Amino acid sequence: MAKPRLATCSLAGCFGCHMSLLDIDERLVELLDLVDLDKSPLTDKKEFDRPVDIGLVEGGCANDHNVHTLRQFRKNCRILVSVGACAITGGVPAMRNMIGLKECLEEAYITGPTIEGKGMIPNDEDLPLLLDRVYPSHEVVKIDYFLPGCPPSGEAIWFFLKALLTGREPDLPYRMLKYD
Amino acid sequence: MDPEGQVDTTTIEDAVGKFGGARDRLMDILQEIHRRLGCLEQQTISALSASLRIPSAEIEDAASFYSFFNRAPKGRFHIRLARTPVSLMKGADDVARAFVAATGAQIGGTSAEGDFSLDWAADLGMADQEPSALINGAPFPALAPSDVRTMVEELRRNRDTTNALPLFPGSDASGLKQSRIAINLLGPGPVLFGDKRSGDGLQKALRLSPEEIVKEIVKARLRGRGGAGFPTGLKWRLCRQAVAETRYVVCNADEGEPGTFKDRALLTLAPDLVLDGMTIAARALGARQGVIYLRAEYAYLEAALRNELDKRRNDGLLGANIGGVNDFDFDIRIQFGAGAYICGEESALLESLEGKRGAPRDRPPFPTDRGYLGYPTAVDNVETFACAAKVIERGAAWFCGFGTAESAGTKLLSISGDCPRPGVYELPFGTTLNELLDLVGASDARFVQVGGPSGQCVGAKDYGRRIAYEDLSTGGSIMVFSAQRDVIATALQFTEFFADESCGWCVPCRVGTTLLKQDLEKILRGRGTLADVRALESLARSVARTSRCGLGQSAPNPILGSMRNFPEAYEARLQEEEFLPRFSVLEASAEAKSIQEHGLLDVEER
Repeated sequence: MAKPRLATCSLAGCFGCHMSLLDIDERLVELLDLVDLDKSPLTDKKEFDRPVDIGLVEGGCANDHNVHTLRQFRKNCRILVSVGACAITGGVPAMRNMIGLKECLEEAYITGPTIEGKGMIPNDEDLPLLLDRVYPSHEVVKIDYFLPGCPPSGEAIWFFLKALLTGREPDLPYRMLKYD
Repeated sequence: MDPEGQVDTTTIEDAVGKFGGARDRLMDILQEIHRRLGCLEQQTISALSASLRIPSAEIEDAASFYSFFNRAPKGRFHIRLARTPVSLMKGADDVARAFVAATGAQIGGTSAEGDFSLDWAADLGMADQEPSALINGAPFPALAPSDVRTMVEELRRNRDTTNALPLFPGSDASGLKQSRIAINLLGPGPVLFGDKRSGDGLQKALRLSPEEIVKEIVKARLRGRGGAGFPTGLKWRLCRQAVAETRYVVCNADEGEPGTFKDRALLTLAPDLVLDGMTIAARALGARQGVIYLRAEYAYLEAALRNELDKRRNDGLLGANIGGVNDFDFDIRIQFGAGAYICGEESALLESLEGKRGAPRDRPPFPTDRGYLGYPTAVDNVETFACAAKVIERGAAWFCGFGTAESAGTKLLSISGDCPRPGVYELPFGTTLNELLDLVGASDARFVQVGGPSGQCVGAKDYGRRIAYEDLSTGGSIMVFSAQRDVIATALQFTEFFADESCGWCVPCRVGTTLLKQDLEKILRGRGTLADVRALESLARSVARTSRCGLGQSAPNPILGSMRNFPEAYEARLQEEEFLPRFSVLEASAEAKSIQEHGLLDVEER
């Protein structure tokens, strides 16, 4: 029987959740016994070319490219998991939701104290378009599971994946949901 | 502040001096300064902090909490328009547009010449005479768009310079005939408005021992009229039994539940009954000081209430040795709220009385044990005090002759909305909604909101239910909605109200109320699926179960109630897809498109 396939992506996040995934240390070997890693920043595979069983989404949606990637993940992954504060709530990137987009870009590229000379807002057509605010992933596509934390600990990610891969409901124990 | 940007230290020192520089009178001090300067700016807070010798963060904490404290200068006339489901059904939007046109100020802004500021406000306590407004604190009920232009012209001519906020209570508003509010007492009942023999209750109480008074109140099965229905006799007994050197009597006149205005009626038409009740409570508890916590929206009642208090002092009904009884010393002062719904909750009210932000306290200890300034305190609703006076005057047996087994006496109801005869009605407990709707002439009510936003949404099949603690419990707010009203849109308006009024202390309420609002908006915008409705219900239950105080615990009521009683209204709006995004990518990227000047990636739109 073929191994289940796992895909991951990092949208508007900091890659901290991916780092936390690597924090499972030697259990990475065990993980690779259990799954085939498909499209992921870790494999640098660019496009989906076959159905994937589990998709882990780090980060919220800040631009149209994030939305595009997330929709691709939804289309190709049987189970989609929102991993970490940014995917679940928007997180730190969503702090700009309190400020208008224009105001935010002007501060960053025109009026901010680090701008030398006359700045400009980047407008290369290859750049994704920013959304009016940063959205959590479940407001964009249907999400099957939420794995909270900033980031979720390696232990929590391992517990969660192992449960999914062994056909159990991934109910995290309280100590893995307690952050202070 | 004067034009040079200097702080008006005289005003600040005067205000501090007037209240003896007491930290626990911070609300009064802020009110006094606000009344003189029209706002509480940063410099004012800093100067006040130096004068009171407390950190400015503490003052900021209180000042920033209350919606009636302006934090920046406003126009000479600050117009606050009530924005409630009832005001909107009576055309508040049209009136607002008329004000925008006549004053040149936008909602939330100030007109260029600095004469007018416009703001939306929560319920102002005039639900039977909507659309309504407060202008510098003076009430303007029953506004029509056609009135607005002349009103604004008249205001513009008013050059009262004695006050930063002309028309504020104490200032002259006589030029505007509309600045009086009528009381629609359409159904005077047997207990509170039955006869004019008030004063007898207190005289009788003076002949009773404190214990006998409490016994009579217990015997009358009097329960709190604010909505929670706690047995008043038990509250007084607990307060009396607590060991302390002094005790306080507090009258909760915060009447903030949207749709209620019956306490305003009582304070206007029968203040003597309320003050009798407070004095009787003082006698029973051994209290020497009473406070009326009056909502800022009712500041215009202050002058009349002060007159009443002065009259009682002259008549020996307040002050030392009341009624000739040795050592029965008691006086009452008025303290104002500043536009915070949560301050109707008794522990938040006590925090506010002590000059702090109105965040509810953890309980225990209960206020009867440690309340105002740490002393045992009985906080009772305006109507409860009036009932207590009547119980002592006419006896518990007489009082129990009205109402039901578990709900003795009568209830003052404030009825508003889609009915020809909105107003105040005093009805015996046990009255059915059907009887009540007949009284007010509402023949096509689709649903009735009983007990305000935190209460219950009752559909036609349940109109046989009774107003009583054991059935439909209410502090007095009854809003009638006719067949043409949208039950989900109304639930959204109530939910917005809670999101605005959440004190922010606990996450379930602070975050939950906003999420509830967003989820409901998604359904109303026609983007809701069955999964959304299920998630909304689950969130609503979490907020109700885990919030710290009654506000958060009851904030999901409009949603849960409408789901229970009007599932078809939700079904009608559901989309058949398994999932729909909350927003449209096209709309969400429109702004960036104009800034970054290029098109979308290949994101397919739904």
